[in-house]
Amino acid sequence: MWDILKNRWKQGYRTVDFPSKVEMPERFRLSTANDGEPQLVKALDARMQKLFGRSLKLRVVSAGSCNGCEMELQALGNVVFDLSRFGIQFVASPRHADGIVVTGPVTKNMALALKETYDAVGEPKIVIAVGTCAINGGCFAGSGEVLNGAASTVPVNLYIPGCPPHPLIILNGLLRLLDRK
Amino acid sequence: MTFPFLTIQNAVSFEASRVPILPAEAWRQTLLENCAEGKARITALFGETMTPDVTRVYCLLGIDSKKHLLIGAADFFGKNPAYASITPLLPEAHLFERELYEEFGILPVDHPWLKPVRKQENHSFYKIEGEGIHEVAVGPVHAGIIEPGHFRFQCHGEKVLHLEIQLGYQRRGVEALMIAADSKQQAVLAESVAGDTVIGHGLAYCHAMEGLSERSITPKRCQSLRAIALELERVSNHIGDLGALAGDVGFLPAAAWFGRLRGDFLNMLMELTGNRYGRSFVMPGGVLFDITPEMLRSFIRRLEKALTEVKELAELFFGASSVLTRLGQTGVIKQETARSLGAVGLAARASNLLRDVRQNYPAGIYRAHNIALVKMSTGDVYARARLRSLESKRSLQFLRERLEDLSADKIAQPCGMSKKGAMIVSLIEGWRGEIAHVVATGAEGEIRRYKIVDPSFHNWMALSLAMRNGQISDFPLVNKSFNLSYAGHDL
Repeated sequence: MWDILKNRWKQGYRTVDFPSKVEMPERFRLSTANDGEPQLVKALDARMQKLFGRSLKLRVVSAGSCNGCEMELQALGNVVFDLSRFGIQFVASPRHADGIVVTGPVTKNMALALKETYDAVGEPKIVIAVGTCAINGGCFAGSGEVLNGAASTVPVNLYIPGCPPHPLIILNGLLRLLDRK
Repeated sequence: MTFPFLTIQNAVSFEASRVPILPAEAWRQTLLENCAEGKARITALFGETMTPDVTRVYCLLGIDSKKHLLIGAADFFGKNPAYASITPLLPEAHLFERELYEEFGILPVDHPWLKPVRKQENHSFYKIEGEGIHEVAVGPVHAGIIEPGHFRFQCHGEKVLHLEIQLGYQRRGVEALMIAADSKQQAVLAESVAGDTVIGHGLAYCHAMEGLSERSITPKRCQSLRAIALELERVSNHIGDLGALAGDVGFLPAAAWFGRLRGDFLNMLMELTGNRYGRSFVMPGGVLFDITPEMLRSFIRRLEKALTEVKELAELFFGASSVLTRLGQTGVIKQETARSLGAVGLAARASNLLRDVRQNYPAGIYRAHNIALVKMSTGDVYARARLRSLESKRSLQFLRERLEDLSADKIAQPCGMSKKGAMIVSLIEGWRGEIAHVVATGAEGEIRRYKIVDPSFHNWMALSLAMRNGQISDFPLVNKSFNLSYAGHDL
């Protein structure tokens, strides 16, 4: 066991740098021309930035998500992405949190739990909707069982698109919200 | 007197009118006789509204030893029909009968625990009373980043006497959406049944649509590429689960390393498909992207390296005596228990039951190429963890073989129109186990009924029973060793 660990230690592994620009490979690129980058995020105001800019604790509420977004949020904590180096952490209770992350289209069965979790977070607080479903219900929009997105139940400060969003996209959104990118 | 059910094949369509419709009592008897002594097991049991007054209940059975699939149905009439519950004789039917009652109002008389499956009402939990007994309620919002579900433990001190799991918070109404959606949306919906089994559910949908279409030839190269994506998904999930288990027992070097290694497989899937989980890669008739020669060479090289890493990591993790002490004899499911609950997939194979669609009911490339299967006999957390590492190695070898003998061929061939009045059963061995999609088409070839059974639906009860007489502090570990899907159960 010791030898295995020693070998690993020698090889080392580097946490990814935050890429300044990501080029989509040709084979996946959409044919429509993309002129200019759309404004997706508006940074928090000065007071909120002072409060959360260097330390942000978030509580995740999965409200009908298929587990894709959860897995990418979990992946943010691994050695490759290492979210905590930015002072952002996922905590176990809404009482410890500065805000909540919502995934999924918000099912009717989860709406109450989501609202109560939101209420349990102290003011001031933020809400981040992660993934297509949390934005507008995604492929489940229009089903009688869902409420078509996080905004149906709680006020949203930041939308992070993707199905599921790559961990770097989530990181990008969070850093822009805190005006650190 | 027995009325035979219809024998069918995985991913091959048949006329819906050929399904034998038996009187309710005869149907029940045939079902029980087939399942006696564990010969057959219930793969799916579901209803369909034929007219406002008639509900048809289908039962799909799998006889693993003979590699046979059987289907038979019974009609129930009137507003509140009833029949004698089969759960007391066949525990694996318990959740299916509850679902049937919830969705169609067909009452299984003498069902031992007739609670709603997904509806959020009537939450009375099984309660134990007495001195020193206490109750622990967890969820639906959990401490970790996981899906919502409610767990109710009845404990005496640290010892768990009973655990009841109440799900349904993830209910999105996928089956109803599948009927309303057009074919492009259907593919996306099928993939979103469980976001960790994108390829598995996507492929089950594709096999169903291809089997139902009037002419469909899936090119061999496309079948290989699908198998490559499916096995990459399996390996990435198995390795991710091993990382989570390592984290839960506090063995951090292995947790970090497994976590990074999982990313390598996800990145390969991303290079191939444009998405870390392979979304929209498999489509009815083919796959969306081809593999380039450079990518092929790079994949073979990287998989070779990954195989060495998996071996080293397994040595590190399973070579630590503290890990073995923690995992061994924790959360045991004996073979008889697994059999009576109708467990499938990895959970069944860890309890010495060789249930694997890739061997028993192969479809696609698995018809031509066998994958070596493994099973364990102890049924504890150790068995489920070890099995993950062994299956990963087998999958990586299989992946390499498939990459090396990729034939030059087209990657897609459009399907024709759907057959009218047909049915199909499409089974796929996802990384958790047997995924079943059953589709019936109407008079115009439109989808009349779409039934999805995720492997988790069979296995949740096994988690409950694995916790009996264990320590409540074992729960995170036992739960992770099964790693069942909430979304797949709730649909």
